[in-house]
Amino acid sequence: MSVQNKIELRNVKKAFGEKKVLDGVSLSVERGKSLVIIGGSGTGKSVTLKCILGLLKPDSGSILIDGMETSKLGGSERDHLMKKFGMLFQGGALFDSLPIWQNVAFGLIHGKRRAKDEARAIAIEKLKAVGLGENVANLYPAELSGGMQKRVSLARAIATGPEIIFFDEPTTGLDPIMADVINELIVNCVKDLGATALTITHDMASARKIADHVAMIHQGKIIWAGAVTDLDKSGNPYVEQFIHGRAHGPITDQAA
Amino acid sequence: MKFASSVIMSSFMPLLGDVCQGVGGSILQIMGAIGRLTLFALEAVFHVLTPPYFFRHVLRQFLDIGFYSLPVVGMTALFTGMVLALQSYTGFSRFNAESAIASVVVLSITRELSPVLAGLMVAGRVGASIAAEIGTMRVTEQIDALTTLSVNPLKYLIAPRMLAGTLMLPILVFVGDIIGVYGGYIVSTHVLGFSSGNYLHQTWDVLENIDVASGLIKAAAFGFIVALMGCYHGYNSGRGAQGVGMATTNAVVTASILILIFNYLLTQVFFS
Repeated sequence: MSVQNKIELRNVKKAFGEKKVLDGVSLSVERGKSLVIIGGSGTGKSVTLKCILGLLKPDSGSILIDGMETSKLGGSERDHLMKKFGMLFQGGALFDSLPIWQNVAFGLIHGKRRAKDEARAIAIEKLKAVGLGENVANLYPAELSGGMQKRVSLARAIATGPEIIFFDEPTTGLDPIMADVINELIVNCVKDLGATALTITHDMASARKIADHVAMIHQGKIIWAGAVTDLDKSGNPYVEQFIHGRAHGPITDQAA
Repeated sequence: MKFASSVIMSSFMPLLGDVCQGVGGSILQIMGAIGRLTLFALEAVFHVLTPPYFFRHVLRQFLDIGFYSLPVVGMTALFTGMVLALQSYTGFSRFNAESAIASVVVLSITRELSPVLAGLMVAGRVGASIAAEIGTMRVTEQIDALTTLSVNPLKYLIAPRMLAGTLMLPILVFVGDIIGVYGGYIVSTHVLGFSSGNYLHQTWDVLENIDVASGLIKAAAFGFIVALMGCYHGYNSGRGAQGVGMATTNAVVTASILILIFNYLLTQVFFS
Protein backbone atom coordinates (compact mmCIF):
# COMPACT_ATOMS: atom_id res chain seq x y z
CA MET A 1 0.00 0.00 0.00
CA SER A 2 1.17 3.50 -0.76
CA VAL A 3 0.37 4.59 2.81
CA GLN A 4 3.76 3.06 3.52
CA ASN A 5 5.02 6.42 2.24
CA LYS A 6 4.88 9.09 4.89
CA ILE A 7 5.30 11.86 2.34
CA GLU A 8 4.52 11.61 -1.33
CA LEU A 9 4.67 14.31 -3.99
CA ARG A 10 3.10 13.73 -7.39
CA ASN A 11 3.93 16.02 -10.25
CA VAL A 12 4.00 19.18 -8.11
CA LYS A 13 4.33 22.42 -10.09
CA LYS A 14 4.90 25.91 -8.86
CA ALA A 15 5.71 29.06 -10.80
CA PHE A 16 6.39 32.61 -9.65
CA GLY A 17 5.14 34.77 -12.51
CA GLU A 18 6.92 33.57 -15.62
CA LYS A 19 9.50 31.61 -13.72
CA LYS A 20 8.77 27.90 -13.33
CA VAL A 21 10.49 26.88 -10.12
CA LEU A 22 8.99 23.43 -9.71
CA ASP A 23 8.30 21.71 -13.00
CA GLY A 24 6.66 18.47 -11.93
CA VAL A 25 8.40 17.24 -8.80
CA SER A 26 7.58 13.67 -7.77
CA LEU A 27 9.18 12.01 -4.79
CA SER A 28 8.34 9.88 -1.80
CA VAL A 29 9.72 9.34 1.67
CA GLU A 30 9.09 6.08 3.48
CA ARG A 31 7.91 6.12 7.08
CA GLY A 32 10.80 6.44 9.49
CA LYS A 33 13.35 7.03 6.74
CA SER A 34 15.49 10.06 6.00
CA LEU A 35 15.48 11.58 2.54
CA VAL A 36 17.97 14.24 1.59
CA ILE A 37 17.26 16.43 -1.41
CA ILE A 38 20.45 17.79 -2.94
CA GLY A 39 20.79 20.39 -5.64
CA GLY A 40 22.35 23.76 -6.38
CA SER A 41 21.06 27.11 -5.26
CA GLY A 42 17.86 28.23 -6.93
CA THR A 43 16.89 24.76 -8.20
CA GLY A 44 13.68 24.62 -6.16
CA LYS A 45 14.79 22.84 -2.99
CA SER A 46 13.38 25.41 -0.59
CA VAL A 47 10.19 25.82 -2.60
CA THR A 48 9.62 22.06 -2.48
CA LEU A 49 9.95 22.14 1.28
CA LYS A 50 7.68 25.15 1.66
CA CYS A 51 5.03 23.52 -0.51
CA ILE A 52 5.00 20.41 1.68
CA LEU A 53 4.80 22.56 4.80
CA GLY A 54 1.94 24.56 3.29
CA LEU A 55 3.82 27.85 3.49
CA LEU A 56 3.43 28.02 -0.30
CA LYS A 57 0.53 26.67 -2.33
CA PRO A 58 1.54 24.57 -5.36
CA ASP A 59 -0.08 25.48 -8.68
CA SER A 60 -0.86 21.85 -9.45
CA GLY A 61 -0.01 18.30 -8.45
CA SER A 62 -0.68 16.56 -5.18
CA ILE A 63 1.10 16.32 -1.86
CA LEU A 64 0.15 13.35 0.30
CA ILE A 65 0.98 13.07 3.99
CA ASP A 66 0.12 9.64 5.40
CA GLY A 67 -1.75 9.02 2.18
CA MET A 68 -3.94 12.12 2.65
CA GLU A 69 -4.09 14.94 0.12
CA THR A 70 -2.88 18.10 1.86
CA SER A 71 -2.11 20.61 -0.84
CA LYS A 72 -5.56 22.18 -0.63
CA LEU A 73 -6.01 22.13 3.14
CA GLY A 74 -6.57 25.38 4.95
CA GLY A 75 -7.71 26.75 8.28
CA SER A 76 -8.04 24.36 11.20
CA GLU A 77 -7.23 21.22 9.17
CA ARG A 78 -3.93 22.80 8.18
CA ASP A 79 -3.28 23.78 11.82
CA HIS A 80 -3.98 20.20 12.84
CA LEU A 81 -1.62 18.84 10.18
CA MET A 82 1.11 21.23 11.33
CA LYS A 83 1.20 19.44 14.68
CA LYS A 84 2.81 16.49 12.88
CA PHE A 85 5.63 18.69 11.62
CA GLY A 86 8.83 20.02 13.06
CA MET A 87 11.13 22.29 11.14
CA LEU A 88 14.72 23.42 11.50
CA PHE A 89 15.13 26.67 9.61
CA GLN A 90 18.29 27.61 7.81
CA GLY A 91 18.90 30.74 9.88
CA GLY A 92 17.49 29.15 13.04
CA ALA A 93 14.49 31.50 12.99
CA LEU A 94 14.46 31.67 16.78
CA PHE A 95 12.07 34.23 18.25
CA ASP A 96 14.47 36.89 19.40
CA SER A 97 12.00 38.44 21.84
CA LEU A 98 11.74 35.22 23.85
CA PRO A 99 14.31 33.49 26.09
CA ILE A 100 15.76 30.20 24.90
CA TRP A 101 13.57 27.90 26.96
CA GLN A 102 10.41 29.63 25.74
CA ASN A 103 11.63 29.25 22.20
CA VAL A 104 12.05 25.53 22.68
CA ALA A 105 8.77 25.22 24.57
CA PHE A 106 6.83 27.42 22.14
CA GLY A 107 5.10 24.59 20.31
CA LEU A 108 4.27 22.90 23.61
CA ILE A 109 2.80 26.00 25.22
CA HIS A 110 0.91 27.43 22.25
CA GLY A 111 0.39 24.48 19.93
CA LYS A 112 -0.21 21.71 22.45
CA ARG A 113 -1.46 23.85 25.35
CA ARG A 114 0.81 22.36 27.98
CA ALA A 115 1.29 24.01 31.36
CA LYS A 116 4.29 26.32 31.57
CA ASP A 117 6.24 24.41 34.23
CA GLU A 118 5.81 21.15 32.39
CA ALA A 119 6.81 22.78 29.10
CA ARG A 120 9.89 24.28 30.72
CA ALA A 121 10.96 20.90 32.06
CA ILE A 122 10.58 19.34 28.61
CA ALA A 123 12.44 22.27 27.03
CA ILE A 124 15.40 21.81 29.37
CA GLU A 125 15.41 18.07 28.68
CA LYS A 126 15.45 18.78 24.92
CA LEU A 127 18.23 21.31 25.35
CA LYS A 128 20.23 18.61 27.10
CA ALA A 129 19.55 16.27 24.18
CA VAL A 130 21.27 18.75 21.86
CA GLY A 131 24.17 19.25 24.27
CA LEU A 132 23.17 22.51 25.92
CA GLY A 133 23.03 23.00 29.66
CA GLU A 134 20.31 24.52 31.79
CA ASN A 135 22.39 27.70 32.06
CA VAL A 136 21.39 28.83 28.56
CA ALA A 137 17.67 28.43 29.26
CA ASN A 138 17.18 32.02 30.36
CA LEU A 139 19.45 33.65 27.80
CA TYR A 140 18.13 35.28 24.64
CA PRO A 141 18.95 34.00 21.12
CA ALA A 142 21.17 37.00 20.33
CA GLU A 143 23.47 35.99 23.21
CA LEU A 144 24.31 32.62 21.61
CA SER A 145 26.76 31.73 18.86
CA GLY A 146 25.54 30.53 15.46
CA GLY A 147 26.20 26.89 16.29
CA MET A 148 24.37 27.12 19.59
CA GLN A 149 21.42 28.84 17.94
CA LYS A 150 21.25 25.97 15.49
CA ARG A 151 21.15 23.52 18.38
CA VAL A 152 18.38 25.46 20.10
CA SER A 153 16.49 25.51 16.84
CA LEU A 154 16.93 21.75 16.57
CA ALA A 155 15.68 21.35 20.14
CA ARG A 156 12.62 23.43 19.23
CA ALA A 157 11.98 21.33 16.13
CA ILE A 158 11.95 18.07 18.11
CA ALA A 159 10.30 19.40 21.29
CA THR A 160 6.74 18.55 20.29
CA GLY A 161 7.71 15.04 19.21
CA PRO A 162 6.81 15.55 15.54
CA GLU A 163 6.25 12.64 13.16
CA ILE A 164 8.00 14.45 10.33
CA ILE A 165 10.97 16.77 10.68
CA PHE A 166 12.22 19.08 7.96
CA PHE A 167 15.76 20.36 7.89
CA ASP A 168 16.58 23.36 5.71
CA GLU A 169 20.33 23.49 5.11
CA PRO A 170 21.13 22.39 8.66
CA THR A 171 24.90 22.81 8.34
CA THR A 172 25.13 26.00 6.29
CA GLY A 173 27.24 28.66 7.97
CA LEU A 174 28.80 26.32 10.53
CA ASP A 175 32.42 25.27 10.84
CA PRO A 176 33.12 21.64 9.79
CA ILE A 177 33.28 20.34 13.32
CA MET A 178 30.07 22.02 14.44
CA ALA A 179 28.48 20.85 11.18
CA ASP A 180 29.35 17.27 12.06
CA VAL A 181 28.02 17.72 15.59
CA ILE A 182 24.72 18.95 14.17
CA ASN A 183 24.64 16.06 11.70
CA GLU A 184 25.08 13.58 14.51
CA LEU A 185 22.40 15.27 16.58
CA ILE A 186 20.04 15.11 13.63
CA VAL A 187 20.70 11.40 13.12
CA ASN A 188 20.21 10.66 16.81
CA CYS A 189 17.15 12.83 17.27
CA VAL A 190 15.42 11.39 14.25
CA LYS A 191 16.25 7.86 15.39
CA ASP A 192 15.07 8.50 18.96
CA LEU A 193 11.77 9.94 17.79
CA GLY A 194 11.34 7.36 15.05
CA ALA A 195 10.47 10.31 12.88
CA THR A 196 10.52 10.66 9.13
CA ALA A 197 13.05 13.26 8.00
CA LEU A 198 13.31 15.40 4.90
CA THR A 199 16.43 17.49 4.52
CA ILE A 200 17.54 19.88 1.82
CA THR A 201 21.20 20.67 1.57
CA HIS A 202 24.09 21.19 -0.78
CA ASP A 203 26.60 19.95 1.77
CA MET A 204 27.56 16.46 0.56
CA ALA A 205 29.27 15.42 3.80
CA SER A 206 26.07 16.20 5.63
CA ALA A 207 23.94 14.43 3.03
CA ARG A 208 26.00 11.24 3.27
CA LYS A 209 25.78 11.27 7.04
CA ILE A 210 22.06 11.79 7.54
CA ALA A 211 20.48 10.26 4.43
CA ASP A 212 18.88 6.88 3.88
CA HIS A 213 17.85 8.02 0.44
CA VAL A 214 19.01 10.87 -1.74
CA ALA A 215 17.16 12.73 -4.47
CA MET A 216 18.74 15.31 -6.70
CA ILE A 217 16.69 18.23 -7.96
CA HIS A 218 17.70 20.20 -11.03
CA GLN A 219 15.69 22.84 -12.85
CA GLY A 220 12.53 22.02 -10.93
CA LYS A 221 12.62 18.27 -11.54
CA ILE A 222 13.94 15.28 -9.65
CA ILE A 223 16.62 13.94 -11.97
CA TRP A 224 17.91 11.12 -9.79
CA ALA A 225 16.76 9.31 -6.67
CA GLY A 226 18.19 6.31 -4.89
CA ALA A 227 19.75 4.90 -1.75
CA VAL A 228 22.66 6.88 -0.35
CA THR A 229 24.86 3.83 -0.90
CA ASP A 230 24.17 4.07 -4.63
CA LEU A 231 25.10 7.74 -4.79
CA ASP A 232 28.60 7.12 -6.10
CA LYS A 233 27.45 4.71 -8.79
CA SER A 234 24.49 6.74 -10.02
CA GLY A 235 25.88 6.93 -13.53
CA ASN A 236 24.12 10.27 -13.83
CA PRO A 237 26.46 12.99 -15.09
CA TYR A 238 24.53 15.72 -13.22
CA VAL A 239 24.81 13.87 -9.93
CA GLU A 240 28.46 13.09 -10.63
CA GLN A 241 29.26 16.75 -11.19
CA PHE A 242 27.35 17.85 -8.11
CA ILE A 243 28.70 15.35 -5.58
CA HIS A 244 32.25 15.98 -6.70
CA GLY A 245 31.74 19.73 -6.85
CA ARG A 246 33.24 20.21 -10.31
CA ALA A 247 33.09 23.59 -12.00
CA HIS A 248 32.64 21.95 -15.41
CA GLY A 249 29.96 19.48 -16.38
CA PRO A 250 26.40 19.21 -17.66
CA ILE A 251 24.93 21.50 -14.95
CA THR A 252 27.19 24.45 -15.68
CA ASP A 253 27.25 23.83 -19.45
CA GLN A 254 23.48 24.06 -19.49
CA ALA A 255 23.47 27.29 -17.51
CA ALA A 256 25.94 28.88 -19.92
CA MET B 1 -3.62 64.06 -46.83
CA LYS B 2 -4.79 60.56 -46.33
CA PHE B 3 -1.21 59.40 -46.55
CA ALA B 4 -0.06 61.89 -43.94
CA SER B 5 -2.74 60.90 -41.44
CA SER B 6 -1.94 57.24 -41.82
CA VAL B 7 1.72 58.00 -41.14
CA ILE B 8 0.74 59.91 -38.02
CA MET B 9 -1.58 57.12 -36.95
CA SER B 10 0.97 54.40 -37.52
CA SER B 11 3.57 56.18 -35.42
CA PHE B 12 1.03 57.27 -32.82
CA MET B 13 -0.84 54.02 -32.28
CA PRO B 14 2.00 52.06 -30.65
CA LEU B 15 2.63 55.00 -28.32
CA LEU B 16 -1.06 55.16 -27.44
CA GLY B 17 -0.95 51.45 -26.79
CA ASP B 18 1.99 51.86 -24.43
CA VAL B 19 0.26 54.64 -22.54
CA CYS B 20 -2.98 52.67 -22.21
CA GLN B 21 -1.09 49.60 -21.08
CA GLY B 22 0.81 51.64 -18.52
CA VAL B 23 -2.31 53.30 -17.13
CA GLY B 24 -4.31 50.08 -17.16
CA GLY B 25 -1.48 48.14 -15.57
CA SER B 26 -1.05 50.55 -12.71
CA ILE B 27 -4.81 50.74 -12.10
CA LEU B 28 -4.92 46.95 -11.93
CA GLN B 29 -2.00 47.02 -9.52
CA ILE B 30 -3.65 49.59 -7.28
CA MET B 31 -6.92 47.65 -7.28
CA GLY B 32 -5.02 44.46 -6.46
CA ALA B 33 -3.24 46.17 -3.57
CA ILE B 34 -6.50 47.55 -2.17
CA GLY B 35 -8.06 44.11 -2.42
CA ARG B 36 -5.16 42.40 -0.65
CA LEU B 37 -5.11 45.06 2.05
CA THR B 38 -8.85 44.69 2.64
CA LEU B 39 -8.59 40.92 2.93
CA PHE B 40 -5.68 41.30 5.32
CA ALA B 41 -7.63 43.79 7.44
CA LEU B 42 -10.72 41.55 7.56
CA GLU B 43 -8.65 38.54 8.53
CA ALA B 44 -6.87 40.53 11.22
CA VAL B 45 -10.17 41.77 12.67
CA PHE B 46 -11.49 38.20 12.62
CA HIS B 47 -8.48 37.08 14.65
CA VAL B 48 -8.91 39.97 17.10
CA LEU B 49 -12.44 38.78 17.82
CA THR B 50 -11.94 35.01 18.00
CA PRO B 51 -10.02 32.90 20.56
CA PRO B 52 -7.39 31.93 21.50
CA TYR B 53 -6.37 35.32 22.88
CA PHE B 54 -2.76 36.15 23.70
CA PHE B 55 -3.44 38.42 26.67
CA ARG B 56 0.18 38.96 27.58
CA HIS B 57 0.92 40.12 24.06
CA VAL B 58 -2.05 42.45 24.05
CA LEU B 59 -0.92 44.02 27.35
CA ARG B 60 2.63 44.33 26.04
CA GLN B 61 1.31 46.15 22.95
CA PHE B 62 -0.88 48.41 25.11
CA LEU B 63 2.33 49.44 26.85
CA ASP B 64 4.40 49.80 23.67
CA ILE B 65 1.83 51.59 21.58
CA GLY B 66 -0.03 53.47 24.30
CA PHE B 67 2.06 54.23 27.33
CA TYR B 68 5.41 54.74 25.62
CA SER B 69 3.84 57.11 23.08
CA LEU B 70 2.65 59.43 25.84
CA PRO B 71 5.75 61.66 25.91
CA VAL B 72 5.72 62.20 22.15
CA VAL B 73 1.99 62.85 21.97
CA GLY B 74 2.07 65.00 25.10
CA MET B 75 4.88 67.21 23.83
CA THR B 76 3.21 67.58 20.46
CA ALA B 77 -0.09 68.59 22.04
CA LEU B 78 1.51 70.95 24.53
CA PHE B 79 3.43 72.97 21.99
CA THR B 80 0.60 72.91 19.47
CA GLY B 81 -1.76 74.38 22.06
CA MET B 82 0.83 77.00 23.01
CA VAL B 83 1.56 78.10 19.47
CA LEU B 84 -2.15 78.14 18.61
CA ALA B 85 -2.79 80.66 21.38
CA LEU B 86 0.14 82.77 20.31
CA GLN B 87 -0.76 82.76 16.61
CA SER B 88 -4.46 83.41 17.07
CA TYR B 89 -3.62 86.31 19.39
CA THR B 90 -1.56 88.06 16.71
CA GLY B 91 -4.45 87.62 14.28
CA PHE B 92 -7.42 88.33 16.53
CA SER B 93 -5.94 91.30 18.33
CA ARG B 94 -6.26 93.29 15.09
CA PHE B 95 -10.03 92.92 15.31
CA ASN B 96 -10.26 93.20 19.09
CA ALA B 97 -11.43 89.60 19.13
CA GLU B 98 -9.00 88.27 21.69
CA SER B 99 -11.85 86.60 23.55
CA ALA B 100 -12.14 84.07 20.71
CA ILE B 101 -8.69 82.65 21.43
CA ALA B 102 -9.92 80.16 24.03
CA SER B 103 -12.55 78.78 21.69
CA VAL B 104 -10.13 78.57 18.76
CA VAL B 105 -7.65 76.67 20.88
CA VAL B 106 -10.08 74.20 22.39
CA LEU B 107 -11.99 73.47 19.20
CA SER B 108 -8.90 73.14 17.00
CA ILE B 109 -7.23 70.89 19.50
CA THR B 110 -10.10 68.53 20.25
CA ARG B 111 -11.58 68.32 16.77
CA GLU B 112 -8.53 68.32 14.54
CA LEU B 113 -5.05 68.87 15.81
CA SER B 114 -4.87 66.45 18.68
CA PRO B 115 -6.17 63.43 16.72
CA VAL B 116 -4.33 64.24 13.49
CA LEU B 117 -0.99 65.17 15.02
CA ALA B 118 -1.12 62.30 17.51
CA GLY B 119 -2.00 59.99 14.63
CA LEU B 120 0.93 61.22 12.55
CA MET B 121 3.37 61.03 15.46
CA VAL B 122 2.22 57.52 16.33
CA ALA B 123 2.46 56.56 12.65
CA GLY B 124 6.10 57.60 12.78
CA ARG B 125 6.85 56.02 16.13
CA VAL B 126 4.68 52.92 16.28
CA GLY B 127 3.87 52.23 12.61
CA ALA B 128 7.56 52.21 11.77
CA SER B 129 8.52 49.97 14.64
CA ILE B 130 5.70 47.50 13.92
CA ALA B 131 6.71 47.30 10.26
CA ALA B 132 10.40 46.90 11.09
CA GLU B 133 9.80 44.25 13.75
CA ILE B 134 7.35 42.15 11.75
CA GLY B 135 9.36 42.69 8.56
CA THR B 136 12.49 41.39 10.26
CA MET B 137 10.54 38.40 11.55
CA ARG B 138 9.38 37.74 7.99
CA VAL B 139 12.90 38.02 6.58
CA THR B 140 14.47 35.78 9.23
CA GLU B 141 11.70 33.17 8.72
CA GLN B 142 10.34 33.67 12.25
CA ILE B 143 6.85 34.05 10.79
CA ASP B 144 7.19 30.75 8.93
CA ALA B 145 8.49 29.24 12.16
CA LEU B 146 5.31 30.34 13.96
CA THR B 147 3.23 28.56 11.34
CA THR B 148 5.24 25.35 11.67
CA LEU B 149 4.73 25.51 15.45
CA SER B 150 0.95 25.54 14.89
CA VAL B 151 0.51 29.17 15.84
CA ASN B 152 -1.25 31.49 13.42
CA PRO B 153 0.99 34.54 12.92
CA LEU B 154 -2.02 36.76 12.30
CA LYS B 155 -3.43 35.82 15.67
CA TYR B 156 -0.13 35.92 17.54
CA LEU B 157 1.54 38.98 15.98
CA ILE B 158 -1.02 41.03 14.10
CA ALA B 159 -4.19 40.87 16.20
CA PRO B 160 -2.65 42.22 19.44
CA ARG B 161 -1.14 45.17 17.59
CA MET B 162 -4.34 46.01 15.76
CA LEU B 163 -6.33 45.86 18.98
CA ALA B 164 -3.81 47.96 20.89
CA GLY B 165 -3.56 50.56 18.12
CA THR B 166 -7.32 50.98 17.90
CA LEU B 167 -7.87 51.21 21.65
CA MET B 168 -4.79 53.16 22.70
CA LEU B 169 -4.86 56.08 20.29
CA PRO B 170 -8.19 57.45 21.63
CA ILE B 171 -6.70 57.42 25.13
CA LEU B 172 -3.57 59.17 23.89
CA VAL B 173 -5.69 61.74 22.08
CA PHE B 174 -7.81 62.34 25.17
CA VAL B 175 -4.67 63.04 27.18
CA GLY B 176 -3.43 65.17 24.26
CA ASP B 177 -6.68 67.18 24.34
CA ILE B 178 -6.15 68.05 27.99
CA ILE B 179 -2.47 68.89 27.59
CA GLY B 180 -3.08 70.90 24.39
CA VAL B 181 -5.78 73.04 25.99
CA TYR B 182 -3.53 73.46 28.99
CA GLY B 183 -0.73 74.65 26.67
CA GLY B 184 -3.02 77.32 25.25
CA TYR B 185 -4.05 78.26 28.76
CA ILE B 186 -0.45 78.70 29.91
CA VAL B 187 0.46 81.01 27.02
CA SER B 188 -2.79 82.98 27.30
CA THR B 189 -2.51 83.58 31.02
CA HIS B 190 1.26 83.95 31.41
CA VAL B 191 2.32 85.54 28.12
CA LEU B 192 -0.77 87.23 26.76
CA GLY B 193 -2.11 88.44 30.09
CA PHE B 194 -5.56 86.81 30.12
CA SER B 195 -7.30 86.20 33.39
CA SER B 196 -7.29 82.54 34.22
CA GLY B 197 -10.96 82.42 35.20
CA ASN B 198 -12.13 84.13 32.03
CA TYR B 199 -10.08 81.88 29.80
CA LEU B 200 -11.37 78.69 31.40
CA HIS B 201 -14.90 80.02 31.32
CA GLN B 202 -14.65 80.72 27.59
CA THR B 203 -13.17 77.29 27.01
CA TRP B 204 -16.02 75.50 28.78
CA ASP B 205 -18.67 77.66 27.14
CA VAL B 206 -17.78 76.72 23.62
CA LEU B 207 -16.83 73.08 24.13
CA GLU B 208 -19.47 70.45 23.36
CA ASN B 209 -19.45 66.70 23.72
CA ILE B 210 -19.36 66.11 19.98
CA ASP B 211 -16.08 68.04 19.71
CA VAL B 212 -14.26 65.63 21.99
CA ALA B 213 -16.19 62.54 20.90
CA SER B 214 -15.53 63.12 17.19
CA GLY B 215 -11.84 63.53 17.93
CA LEU B 216 -11.76 60.26 19.86
CA ILE B 217 -13.58 58.35 17.13
CA LYS B 218 -11.14 59.76 14.61
CA ALA B 219 -8.34 58.62 16.89
CA ALA B 220 -9.65 55.06 16.94
CA ALA B 221 -9.76 55.06 13.15
CA PHE B 222 -6.23 56.47 12.93
CA GLY B 223 -4.94 53.92 15.44
CA PHE B 224 -6.44 51.15 13.34
CA ILE B 225 -4.85 52.62 10.20
CA VAL B 226 -1.40 52.94 11.79
CA ALA B 227 -1.39 49.39 13.15
CA LEU B 228 -2.84 47.97 9.94
CA MET B 229 -0.24 49.67 7.73
CA GLY B 230 2.63 48.67 10.00
CA CYS B 231 1.44 45.06 10.12
CA TYR B 232 0.53 44.77 6.45
CA HIS B 233 3.78 46.18 5.10
CA GLY B 234 5.88 44.30 7.64
CA TYR B 235 4.06 41.03 6.97
CA ASN B 236 4.60 41.37 3.23
CA SER B 237 8.12 42.71 3.56
CA GLY B 238 10.60 42.03 0.77
CA ARG B 239 13.88 40.25 1.28
CA GLY B 240 16.82 41.51 3.25
CA ALA B 241 17.59 44.80 4.95
CA GLN B 242 16.39 46.70 1.91
CA GLY B 243 13.01 44.96 2.00
CA VAL B 244 12.52 45.81 5.66
CA GLY B 245 13.58 49.41 5.06
CA MET B 246 11.11 49.74 2.24
CA ALA B 247 8.35 48.16 4.33
CA THR B 248 9.01 50.65 7.12
CA THR B 249 8.94 53.63 4.79
CA ASN B 250 5.76 52.42 3.10
CA ALA B 251 4.08 51.82 6.45
CA VAL B 252 4.73 55.36 7.65
CA VAL B 253 3.93 57.09 4.35
CA THR B 254 0.72 55.20 3.61
CA ALA B 255 -0.48 55.51 7.21
CA SER B 256 0.17 59.28 7.22
CA ILE B 257 -1.63 59.85 3.95
CA LEU B 258 -4.57 57.64 4.91
CA ILE B 259 -4.84 59.51 8.21
CA LEU B 260 -5.13 62.84 6.38
CA ILE B 261 -7.68 61.46 3.91
CA PHE B 262 -9.81 59.79 6.57
CA ASN B 263 -9.58 62.90 8.73
CA TYR B 264 -11.29 64.85 5.98
CA LEU B 265 -13.91 62.18 5.38
CA LEU B 266 -14.73 61.80 9.08
CA THR B 267 -14.91 65.56 9.58
CA GLN B 268 -17.39 65.72 6.74
CA VAL B 269 -19.46 63.01 8.40
CA PHE B 270 -19.46 64.69 11.83
CA PHE B 271 -19.80 68.37 11.03
CA SER B 272 -21.74 68.77 7.81
